[in-house]
Amino acid sequence: MRQTRIIARLDVKGTNLIKGVHLEGLRIIGKPHDHAKLYYEQGADELIYMDCVASLYGRNSLGDIVQQTAQDVFIPMTVGGGVRSVDDAMRLLRCGADKVAVNTAAVADPRLITEIARRFGSQCMVLSVEAKRIGPGRWEAFTDNGREATGLDVIEWAKRGAALGAGEILLTSVDQEGTRKGFDVALVGAVTAEVSVPVIASGGMGTPAHMEEVVRHGQADAVAMADILHYKRATMADIRGAALQAGIPVRTFDRG
Amino acid sequence: MADVAVIDYGVGNLLSVSRALLHCGATVEVTDDPARILNARRVVLPGVGAFAYGMDALQARRLVDVVHEVSRRGTPLLGICLGMQMLMDTSAEFGETAGLGLITGRVVPVPERATDGEPQKIPHIGWNGLAPASTPAAWSGTLLDGIAPGESVYFVHSFMAQPEDDAHRLADCLYGGVAVSAVIRNLNVMGCQFHPEKSGEVGLRVLKNFLRP
Repeated sequence: MRQTRIIARLDVKGTNLIKGVHLEGLRIIGKPHDHAKLYYEQGADELIYMDCVASLYGRNSLGDIVQQTAQDVFIPMTVGGGVRSVDDAMRLLRCGADKVAVNTAAVADPRLITEIARRFGSQCMVLSVEAKRIGPGRWEAFTDNGREATGLDVIEWAKRGAALGAGEILLTSVDQEGTRKGFDVALVGAVTAEVSVPVIASGGMGTPAHMEEVVRHGQADAVAMADILHYKRATMADIRGAALQAGIPVRTFDRG
Repeated sequence: MADVAVIDYGVGNLLSVSRALLHCGATVEVTDDPARILNARRVVLPGVGAFAYGMDALQARRLVDVVHEVSRRGTPLLGICLGMQMLMDTSAEFGETAGLGLITGRVVPVPERATDGEPQKIPHIGWNGLAPASTPAAWSGTLLDGIAPGESVYFVHSFMAQPEDDAHRLADCLYGGVAVSAVIRNLNVMGCQFHPEKSGEVGLRVLKNFLRP
């Protein structure tokens, strides 16, 4: 069994790290770089920076934060929110991002997925999908933090995105996000069953045990978490320990 | 004269490699200038993407001979990811493409099936533990000095190097039971398939080892 990646997700508004519920009602947590560095030192396998309001205002202001983080955080960084073009992607990569996550602009023009994958490799192109449950075994893709419906079926969209060149799917359950009630395991399972690229489960991690559920029953390749770390409800070490105890391989991390 | 010249041939995230080397205390110069590359105490050949594209980009900047000269002079040379693959003779990525030929062997696709026959995801993305290659672990004094077998580093790749001579294989990782060359070396020419600049403290240790006199 492959090592499951434990990913710290940092949602950013302006210069602040924030956290919401169902991607809304945002609360300020602190400075993004401080938290990024802390999670890196605790043994996070990767970081995701997401500019929550970027597509709303048609901008992406994460460059400075990414640049600062790249000074002393030496794990892969995915950056998203407001990436609308190959040039936007290039700018973030130049700041130190390793991958870009694209949602709104990919929905508007799926060719962007292929363009970014061709230019930088598909390992660089993460398709961000915000999923809302609309019926038993059915989810619809949303954009703009779960505000705008797209009419796209999540499973079909994820398959199409992978076929167009997305190297990973960041799958966020809007229903579970910020609730601490666990991942939407059925959603993750439905997508991992249909796409061959790695799927990052995001939204709902409230206890270390939730990771086991979504890996064992949803076949998630990686789990993203925010609330549980930001509010210090568990440390990376707790989460890593719980995973190992449950028989889920994760990165060994012994160094202080 | 910089401690390290990072070869800029328009491929990959040079910033991360440079920052990690800086963090390790080195002076770093990102350059495509042959004189500067030849004058550096150490040379890093980074790279992400397709093999043929990378070789073409080196050719276009007339850097193939420069890298050969670096190797011939005995200057420590570290290829990272695609940079490691380009050290080999040839690659099977999009037909057979000639590499730098500094380490004998080919670059082949990472097998799409694990040794138990189950399909596995390509590219190989994520953290994976380092294991001694076929010969017993003799990592002291190498890039892996101070690193214990089983410690993990970050991989992103679809192709893998296969050195012909086992003596050139320092460490592997197992992907679905398949041994993937993770660290190779032939005298002053070294390569790591993983990204040391993205592999946390273990990766920084690899870079510090590379910088050691």
